[in-house]
Amino acid sequence: MSEDRRDSAMQGAPEPLPHAGGEVEEVKFAEKSFSQGQLVRRRFFRHKGALAGLAVLIFITVLAFSSIGIGSIPGWWDKDFATTGTVVDGGRPTMGWLTWGEHPFGQDTTGRDYFALVMRGTQISLVIAFIVGIGSTIIGTIIGAVAGYYRGWAESLLMRVTDLFIIIPLLVFAAVLGSIASGSGIWALGLVLAAVTWTGLARLVRGEVLSLREREFVSAAQAIGTGNWRIILRHILPNTIGVIIVATTFAIASAILLETSLSFLGFGVQPPDISLGSLISDYQTAFTSRPWLFWFPGLFILAIALSVNFIGDGLRDAFDPRQGKDG
Amino acid sequence: MTRYILRRLAISFGVLLVGSLLLYVMVINSGDPLEDLRQSTANNRDVLIQGRIDTMGLELPWYERYWGWLTGVAGCFYGACDLGTDRSGTDVLSLLQQSASATLRLVTIATFAAIIIGVLVGIITAIRQYSGFDYVVTFLTFLFFSLPVFWAAVLLKEYGAIRFNDWIADPQISVLQAIVTGVILGFILQGIMGGHIKRRLFTGGATAIFVIAALLYFTYVGWWRSPALGPVIVVLVSAAFAVGLTALITGLGNKRVLYSTLTTVGVGAVLYFALQPVLAEPNWWILIGLLVSAILVGLAVGYFWGGYSRGQAMGLSVVTAIFMAGMTFLDHLVFAWAGFLDLKPRPISTIGASTPNFQGDFWETTLDWGTQLILPSILLTLISVATYSRYTRSSMLETMNQDYVRTARSKGLSERTVIVKHAFRNALIPITTIVALDFAALIGGAVITETVFGWKGMGAMFKEGLEHVDPNPVMAFFLVTGTAAVLMNLIADLAYASLDPRIRR
Repeated sequence: MSEDRRDSAMQGAPEPLPHAGGEVEEVKFAEKSFSQGQLVRRRFFRHKGALAGLAVLIFITVLAFSSIGIGSIPGWWDKDFATTGTVVDGGRPTMGWLTWGEHPFGQDTTGRDYFALVMRGTQISLVIAFIVGIGSTIIGTIIGAVAGYYRGWAESLLMRVTDLFIIIPLLVFAAVLGSIASGSGIWALGLVLAAVTWTGLARLVRGEVLSLREREFVSAAQAIGTGNWRIILRHILPNTIGVIIVATTFAIASAILLETSLSFLGFGVQPPDISLGSLISDYQTAFTSRPWLFWFPGLFILAIALSVNFIGDGLRDAFDPRQGKDG
Repeated sequence: MTRYILRRLAISFGVLLVGSLLLYVMVINSGDPLEDLRQSTANNRDVLIQGRIDTMGLELPWYERYWGWLTGVAGCFYGACDLGTDRSGTDVLSLLQQSASATLRLVTIATFAAIIIGVLVGIITAIRQYSGFDYVVTFLTFLFFSLPVFWAAVLLKEYGAIRFNDWIADPQISVLQAIVTGVILGFILQGIMGGHIKRRLFTGGATAIFVIAALLYFTYVGWWRSPALGPVIVVLVSAAFAVGLTALITGLGNKRVLYSTLTTVGVGAVLYFALQPVLAEPNWWILIGLLVSAILVGLAVGYFWGGYSRGQAMGLSVVTAIFMAGMTFLDHLVFAWAGFLDLKPRPISTIGASTPNFQGDFWETTLDWGTQLILPSILLTLISVATYSRYTRSSMLETMNQDYVRTARSKGLSERTVIVKHAFRNALIPITTIVALDFAALIGGAVITETVFGWKGMGAMFKEGLEHVDPNPVMAFFLVTGTAAVLMNLIADLAYASLDPRIRR
């Protein structure tokens, strides 16, 4: 009964299908054998929400980096984010349905082109989010693997640090660290944020490693005298790769929100640099008079975080269809 | 069990201590506390700098400053609290007393609202898995997960406050607006109720017609500006709640419980009229006293009616009594709305935790608090609701696949019993953990919300303290939120033990 409810729901369902799939495909695959990677890829590309998310994220990234260029490499957009100018028509956006116009996102109060500003903010927010995501994955994987495999001090360290974050709000910790790192540039900020966001991933990896180290193939490797680090790197971690990739994706999504929140509060990206959060912070009072100064950066944050979350959901279903079906 | 709790408390205390040291050292190294004075052009600049060095104890090494702070805090255990002073020499303890209540009120309301709504939505989406409702909720949770709080807050200020205030000045709902609202609500409700197409059409249509009629009627009689519930509505809604609650928890077959909850409503109705003079101008102590007596009434009614299911009758009667008390409270509050609008023509505020110089009677002051509180609470609630409903859903789906649920179904128990008693009770175990873990995140969210809404709460204290490189206000914030988080975890542990007998040792 629940089976056909599911089938009919899948046929008549609206476009995002976050948790559909699983059994049906496996029957089809039975004739031909697929490698693990191929299976994962297939399941991922069937997840419409994840595909849409991937498309949006790629579009935003390409747009942000190609339009105003990176460093000294110029982009295709002819204005930059620092040059002030005369405010035309109160700085209203010139973007029509199909046309761009002179200032598609409008101008700020000093006449700077707001499209270039938002693109600059998007660049910095994306870069920081990726630094945080990858940094916290590396720290989290190492500590999680060591804690799960050796137990002992690494495990108690992990547990106590987790306790610490239950008591101190992450945002508070990040704000204090951010205000220490402020002025040292976005790389310092990214690394500092990575240093406080690794606990969730470490706990996940630890849980996986705890169950994997009891498996026969690990005992076999130990029996023939394989070193501990080789067992961790060659035998255990490859089996946790799904969990790690999924957690990294979600870490990137929350890093975007953490960084923009900190920049909004004034403890994140500092003035010469621009982030989507600091743009909103600068112009939040302008909402009634110049709403576009407020809408565009917020919509970009929302679009990035939402697409990354959908990609993460698709990856989770792809790596672990059993879990995906249950929610 | 006691040992387990004591051990957890000891660990939390240790973590709190280490955390405080870490935070203190980080804060005093986060910048230059004299920066604004160094750049000042005042004639007495050097005097000012020296003054601040003396107030903040900047010439002392960090461990002496920390030790000084810690001994001051230790004084709290024997009644001589000293949380130090901020950089201008104001006592932090008195600052904290002003700001803590606003923040804790906000966070508590948001937590409870989020738990109730999130768990309910989670259960419904789990029961109606892969329905249209499930997909819509799934999409919305993703949206709320990805929503920048500060951005959503400004939006809410615009549409929840400014536009609402414009509207309440002359509340008109056009026929079209009423129809659209009605159809949307009807559509949502049929998604929740499910069933065959006929039943769906019926529930959806009935809801839509009811909502449209109600909206138009309310507009016609000017209900939005001078609303009232009245005794009939209060008693009817309470009776419906009593029947619904009984049907959900014990089933209507259990007459003892049904009579018990209905009697509670009857007693409540009598008290509703009897207490009118007292409730005209009460204070919080009277209200708390009345709430306690409502609970006692519920207990007594349940005890006398209970018979073979005395425990359940008492429990459900107490819940009914509390609900009825809440309805009576709401009735008075709603009644005061018309007078409140005269005092404060633009009711929903975007700034501050209470209107300065607001003069009104008890109910109007409470309404003033409520209208200041509502937008930040909605914001905080939305984000936690996303987390809780997601966890409830997956946790429910997990338990519903368990063997004991299949056993329960196969021995012929009703679907209600299976879901409420067998699946939901077990699904609650992981949810309590999430709620406790999420509490700190909620406080973090409160910092942002307070900034946007201009509250002089603890979030503002933290933010200013950190901007001024002034450790004492930051540490006071940490003390309160840390203690609240420890308490929350303790409650979660106790709930855990009552849900899972295996750890009750």
